[in-house]
Amino acid sequence: MKIVVLIKQVPDTAEERTLDLATRQVDRGSAERVMDEINERALEVALQLKDADKRTEVVALTMGPDEATQALRKALSMGADAGVHVLDGSLAGADAARTAVTLAAALKTTGFDLVLAGNESTDGRGGVVPAMVAEHLGLPLLGSLASADISEGMVRGVRQGENGTLNVHAVLPAVVSVTERSAEARFPNFKGILTAKRKPVTTLSAAGLGLPAAAEGIARTVVVSTAERPARAVGKKITDEGNAAAELAGFLVTNRLV
Amino acid sequence: MSNILALVEISHRGEIAASARGLLAAAARLGTPVAVVASARPLTDDDVARLGQLGAVRIHSAVTAAADTVLVTPALEALSGAVELFQPAAVVVPNSVDGREVAARLAVRTGGGLLLDAVELRGGQGTVAVQHSVFGGAYRVESMVEGGLPIITVRQGAIEDQAPPAVPELTVISLDGTAWDASSAKAAVIDAFNDDATGSARPELRSAATVVSGGRGLGSAENFVLVEQLADALGAAVGASRAAVDAGYVGHAAQVGQTGVSVSPQLYIALGISGAIQHRAGMQTAKTIVAINKDGDAPIFDVADFGIVGDVFTVVPELIEALNANRNVHV
Repeated sequence: MKIVVLIKQVPDTAEERTLDLATRQVDRGSAERVMDEINERALEVALQLKDADKRTEVVALTMGPDEATQALRKALSMGADAGVHVLDGSLAGADAARTAVTLAAALKTTGFDLVLAGNESTDGRGGVVPAMVAEHLGLPLLGSLASADISEGMVRGVRQGENGTLNVHAVLPAVVSVTERSAEARFPNFKGILTAKRKPVTTLSAAGLGLPAAAEGIARTVVVSTAERPARAVGKKITDEGNAAAELAGFLVTNRLV
Repeated sequence: MSNILALVEISHRGEIAASARGLLAAAARLGTPVAVVASARPLTDDDVARLGQLGAVRIHSAVTAAADTVLVTPALEALSGAVELFQPAAVVVPNSVDGREVAARLAVRTGGGLLLDAVELRGGQGTVAVQHSVFGGAYRVESMVEGGLPIITVRQGAIEDQAPPAVPELTVISLDGTAWDASSAKAAVIDAFNDDATGSARPELRSAATVVSGGRGLGSAENFVLVEQLADALGAAVGASRAAVDAGYVGHAAQVGQTGVSVSPQLYIALGISGAIQHRAGMQTAKTIVAINKDGDAPIFDVADFGIVGDVFTVVPELIEALNANRNVHV
């Protein structure tokens, strides 16, 4: 079985992430760029399948600038067999629609039995790209799975819904997205890091995928304005010496919060 | 005025989702609200009256048995049919697990553009602009769609008002026997629903006016009761940090933060929460933040309007007592 895992490089959530107010895009310099944690979990699902059946082929696919190669190398060091990097200056600042059409075109090139993705990136948090890719490919999406059970020709899983969970299934080929309830990802081991350097990474351009240079004919989402929320004013901070609870109760009552 | 489609979600038990009010209010700001519903059974008279009360001027009800057995596609089919029928100026859907997938597929189908997780909407002069709260509320970003139908997912609990009531005009159609019905083998299938145990009298976390959250500082699942006691004293919803959820003190549904629920209540009380950046991303847009933590250097104090460096097990029982005493004075 051939599994393609969608990878996105994002600013590390453990650091202060910022938007560039001039370009209205994510400031790539402000926080360390890492492979999104949710993608590591998606990759883990694929790698567990590979652990059980060595014939499983796992490909990591990303779209992004030059530095996104680092995210692919991370995926390769964890155990993916090959990487595909869609790299094209015209894709800078691509919205979800353009991202999805590009990924779908790349997936047609690589071929697959199953596409695995995170349910939402930790930067954009839109959570729509897997469904858009599925729609472009005319495939079912099993989205937001807390666990996935993949067998020949079929995926079963538990979907996290709004009011509980659902047991769901779809026949392959299909697109699957996992939530952060899905299994924790492994760390790359020494051997993995060494062999990652020798694994193949293919670079594809938008033109090579037969995509127009700009988003022609499809609607675009444009950012009109970006404003930083004013920093919170420093509040009151007291050390409890027996009367803190009474002071807090007074604060809540005075401010009509209770 | 132009039609604005609002996808009203209905559970497999036949309940109209709580998101309907905010969505219809959002639709009413932009034009004439048209509620679009996909359900396995026809809407009851009560459902129709309820949607009218919430501002639906028209109701497009698509009925198909598949609504209970096929994931997302029935709602998508109902909505794409309604787009052709009503030629709307915008479509609003809840920013829910299902809603996002419906919006995503609809955008591909109609060549429309997506505006995701809107917390504010405004229309006028044939344009629609929405605001998003980015990086846990650190930024407000306004965006719009160029060259296609705007398809907007609306953050649940973000729109607080209600549309003026209407007497809805109801249209019922059947989705069974359509082209989609024949090709439904390509859709994902629902085998079973496992609903969360309900029965909690507490308000819903996303939309609660007051939230009391507990963190690792509570120390155990037994001690987490303290959080619930303060929440009940304040009529608040219960939240938690990821650390508390991972430690098993409370269920995942209570998780506030980057990977959980984002909340913007009037009052947020953090008990024994250090305030990792991922947690702050889910609560720092709260109007007033109170933090109680033993560690005076905890980052939660950087965003707190009122911070107490102290032991939650001492301060919280005293606080509950003080609040009760205050209430008795005012009775």
